[in-house]
Amino acid sequence: MPDAITAEGLVKKYGEVAALDGMELAVPEGTVLGLLGPNGAGKTTTVRILTTLLRPDAGHATVAGFDVVRDAARLRAHIGVSGQYAAVDDHLTGAENLEMVGRLYHLGAGHSRRRARALLERFDLTEAADRPVQGYSGGMRRRLDLAGALVAAPPVLFLDEPTTGLDPRARIGLWDVIAELVAEGTTVLLTTQYLEEADRLADRIAVVDHGRVIALGTADELKHQVGGERVELSLADAAGLEDAARTLAPLAAGDLRIDAAALQVTIPVADGVAALTRALGRLAAERITVRDAGLRRPTLDDVFLSLTGHQADEKTEESVR
Amino acid sequence: MNAVQLAVADGMTIARRNALKIRRAPDLLGGVVMLPIVFVLLFTYVFGSMISLPGMSYGEYLLPGIFVMTIVTSAQITGYTLTQDLQKGVFDRFRTLPMSPSAVLTGQTVSDVIMNVTSIVTMALVGLLAGWRVRSSPAEAALGFLMLLLFAYAFSWVTATVALALRTPEVFNNLATILSFPLVFLSNAFVDSSRLPGPLKAVAEWNPVSTLVQAARELFGNTSPALPVPAAWPLRHAVPVSLLWSLLLLVVFVPLATRLYQRAVSR
Repeated sequence: MPDAITAEGLVKKYGEVAALDGMELAVPEGTVLGLLGPNGAGKTTTVRILTTLLRPDAGHATVAGFDVVRDAARLRAHIGVSGQYAAVDDHLTGAENLEMVGRLYHLGAGHSRRRARALLERFDLTEAADRPVQGYSGGMRRRLDLAGALVAAPPVLFLDEPTTGLDPRARIGLWDVIAELVAEGTTVLLTTQYLEEADRLADRIAVVDHGRVIALGTADELKHQVGGERVELSLADAAGLEDAARTLAPLAAGDLRIDAAALQVTIPVADGVAALTRALGRLAAERITVRDAGLRRPTLDDVFLSLTGHQADEKTEESVR
Repeated sequence: MNAVQLAVADGMTIARRNALKIRRAPDLLGGVVMLPIVFVLLFTYVFGSMISLPGMSYGEYLLPGIFVMTIVTSAQITGYTLTQDLQKGVFDRFRTLPMSPSAVLTGQTVSDVIMNVTSIVTMALVGLLAGWRVRSSPAEAALGFLMLLLFAYAFSWVTATVALALRTPEVFNNLATILSFPLVFLSNAFVDSSRLPGPLKAVAEWNPVSTLVQAARELFGNTSPALPVPAAWPLRHAVPVSLLWSLLLLVVFVPLATRLYQRAVSR
């Protein structure tokens, strides 16, 4: 299968800061790649280069067979972009917003109007179609923005943190819509801070840190890499920490972690609830008091910790844009 | 469609969007219709009742000045809209579309012409009710209105340039207000510039606003033989010099704004 998106050695510097430092990507046609990483990792910069908004300082990239620098003008007819800041016009109605996008794709007046109505219906915005966007909820705006990216039915779609800032219900609604698109064969590059989102939507996930891909694989492969589920135990006092670690070591499916400051022991486990029960039993037998216990699935932080040895920094994407 | 046709079609799409925005946004609409009405009534009745001129009413002398003042202040809407769109990421969406890159600025400035037509017509009608008269031929008067619109179009490229250099709506608004006041008041819009003290007089007489006001007065016939013709060269050839000013502004600021737009959006 040919690659719909390729990137080789992309570099983008802002002064001394390298937003991208050798970004490599290859997304086969009809698949979804999730770019997963914290703010400032280079996700948005990657999308901006691939969508011709930014020129890379080094390296090259192609989308739908067009070079992002040399063929930028022709490339734009083949992509749709939906960003984290829903780029819709407040004073225009939903229908007017989509019609305008259709005209700018040069679909013609009549086709633009029909396409706008069809998309509004599909995204469950028919009722709000003729109201100014000003009165839309956050979820409705994102749906409209996503609809805007689909006006020309582009073969390649870029979704930059499509659900950041949405409430859980709106998020799940948007996931369903995106999943449908994917089922229709659109190639998608999705950036996200949520492992769960990448897990649900992406065929493969590229973990990004400091402007380059540090791990690539399916959601299962990545989760396996960070040890799958883990049992997290908070103890009542520091005295029990060492004993607890020794007692629990046989249960660990990977490296056991002790956080002395938080009085926490974290154990990667293979068999979830059963392991939690056994861990609590062993601690009770040793008379070690447990204040809190839980079973946790890997989070982005866990992936990061395991892949990079450092926590995901809290540097914001804005500072490197 | 070739590149030029595309650029025109895309420019019209953007202009249509901006026109819709002005119609729906009360704050912008207020600036386009309400503010000009207030200007005409306030200046005509407040200053007009206190100041008298030989051979004509001050209100009649004043109205061309108010036309020009309104053009200068409402050109700020161009800049303000641009800075807002820049902040909201609207331009990012536009730039990922296969549209003509020049369309954003041409669309913006063309919609401002529509806005200026609205406010000039409003002012002319309110002015007529308040006693303003056109005392020239219809052809001259038509040329007068066209000249005002051409200058308005050229001047919105100036504010677009400033806005794209500054990038934030708040900073732009502050600076635009600070700059537009002296531009309008250090002119012959409200007073006879030849009676200003030395350096102020020189500035006022060479101010393009003065030239345009003088040209509008001549083309609408709002002059009086009892008033001295200003001696300064640009004011003695006000109509051609006004047209030259408009063309000069376009030649300088269209490429400048275009370059700044490219830079502002590719960060």
